[in-house]
Amino acid sequence: MSVSKEELLHIANLADLKINDSEIDKYIENLDDILEYVKVLETAPISDLNETIGANNNANVFRKDEVQKFENVDGLLSNAKDIERNMYKIPKVL
Amino acid sequence: MDLTELTVHELQKKLKNKEVTSYEITKAYLDRINEKENEVGAFVTVTETEALADAKKADDEINNTNDNMGNNNLVGIPIGIKDNLCTKGIKTTCSSKMLEDFVSPYNATVVEKVLDEKMPILGKLNMDEFAMGSSTENSAIKVTHNPWDLNKVPGGSSGGSAAAVATNMVPWALGSDTGGSIRQPASLCGVVGLKPTYGLVSRYGLVAFASSLDQVGPITKDVTDCAMLLNVIAGHDEKDSTSYDTPKIDYTTSLKNDVKELKIGVPKEFFGDGIDKEVKDKLYEAIEVYKELGATVEECSLNVAEYALATYYIIACAEASSNLGRFDGIRYGHRTTNFSSLKELYTNSRTEGFGDEVKRRIILGTYVLSSGYYDAYYKKAQKVRTFVKQKFDEQFKKYDVLLTPVSPTTAFKIGEKKENPLQMYLADICTVSINIASIPAISLPCGVDSNGMPIGMQLIGDRFAEETILNAAYTFEQKIKFRENYKPTFKK
Repeated sequence: MSVSKEELLHIANLADLKINDSEIDKYIENLDDILEYVKVLETAPISDLNETIGANNNANVFRKDEVQKFENVDGLLSNAKDIERNMYKIPKVL
Repeated sequence: MDLTELTVHELQKKLKNKEVTSYEITKAYLDRINEKENEVGAFVTVTETEALADAKKADDEINNTNDNMGNNNLVGIPIGIKDNLCTKGIKTTCSSKMLEDFVSPYNATVVEKVLDEKMPILGKLNMDEFAMGSSTENSAIKVTHNPWDLNKVPGGSSGGSAAAVATNMVPWALGSDTGGSIRQPASLCGVVGLKPTYGLVSRYGLVAFASSLDQVGPITKDVTDCAMLLNVIAGHDEKDSTSYDTPKIDYTTSLKNDVKELKIGVPKEFFGDGIDKEVKDKLYEAIEVYKELGATVEECSLNVAEYALATYYIIACAEASSNLGRFDGIRYGHRTTNFSSLKELYTNSRTEGFGDEVKRRIILGTYVLSSGYYDAYYKKAQKVRTFVKQKFDEQFKKYDVLLTPVSPTTAFKIGEKKENPLQMYLADICTVSINIASIPAISLPCGVDSNGMPIGMQLIGDRFAEETILNAAYTFEQKIKFRENYKPTFKK
């Protein structure tokens, strides 16, 4: 099965990535190669098995729901390219 | 005497006996970086000023504590850090254009632990962009060369860490391993690398690639140093809910130089057609060494490698596509100047900031998670993950340790596999199943091939059986003395 151009562009749009026309064939070839390789999973004897959820079968980890004051606002904002009065600035949405 | 030739346990003795100062050690390593970095290219950032200032502080502390330095005291021993571990005040780039000017406002927990020991940080080490790759060629910053042959790759993704340790530009380093990223470069550079059990070491502040597979671990000159660095970084962290609350262990006490009670399984499927003959022959020699040392060695069957590799590329890419969604050009990271809407800001920032391999994996991950394909790929991969775990569990009922190659070949030429992603992925065939099963494994050198390139051996243990594999590795190392017999040649 080959990934179609439309499908690739749909996926790229979902992932917020732009693929140039000149790159499309290469992406499809690489994807097809990998999807072909992972077909080996179809032969795995897994019909009776459950999925592994998380790396270890441990229970949920909870902590006390206590309010903690966050101090490092400047540190948090220090890597943003565009801020205004302790807020991230983005283009107009509405 | 060249201080950079010494292991950490040797340096530690000299520090304790006041034969050298931390400043002298740190300066010696910085001089070595100045001498060799142009050839090898292991560093993204060298923090000379900070390292020397920290070394002076460490010397003050050593002088003030007189004779109270215990055997586990690492005050004043410098270290290198892979550039995907957050360091407050020092750039953390993940070798990506996306983060080329990112300075974390906090330290990763493992970095905090290193700083608690008062270890000067020599710098941040090169890697494949966001830890995606097996050769460090995917770095957007620079090419790292293998010190045993400068035309060859150091492996990846922790290629900078492994090359720096092998070149004696750092006494030891921290790396991270999602599918072999500590063990494979350690193998290709002739040094020791450990991927701990998932949950033994905190991932807080490790820039996430595939959260259910990532672990931080040591890359060192020998097994004793490996145990010492594991002592520093292991332990529960409330900031990482997947970290385990296990009792504190001194891993150096597990190094007994005795494998007489040890049962080793050798899974024949890991010695198949895809593995280079010289690699196999060297491992067969290693098996004979273990027999001489009194271990019981048996061939066994563990047919998981291909399933695990396919599962790995589905799960790792799926998790990466989700984890890397955070890079939006707004809060941190590269921001495009070319946009007229919010969607364009996201898309152009990400398209400009990420390199080819990262984009390829995000696309693959988004594909396998997308509507209509989820059951066929992701759900199936999660079931195969259970299968792989069960197969390892069966082996650990019979054996203490499993012995396999680390990499199918010794280091390959720079550029050789760059254009063929699937070929590059196959470089991980012997290592990924360990991450899929959440178990620990150590890579250590066992000899060189006919071109003088190091060959690594992988010893795999059951969950939280780091002591067993460290002792098995140590006992072998004491017998063959790789470091005394072989050194990188910086061949051009």
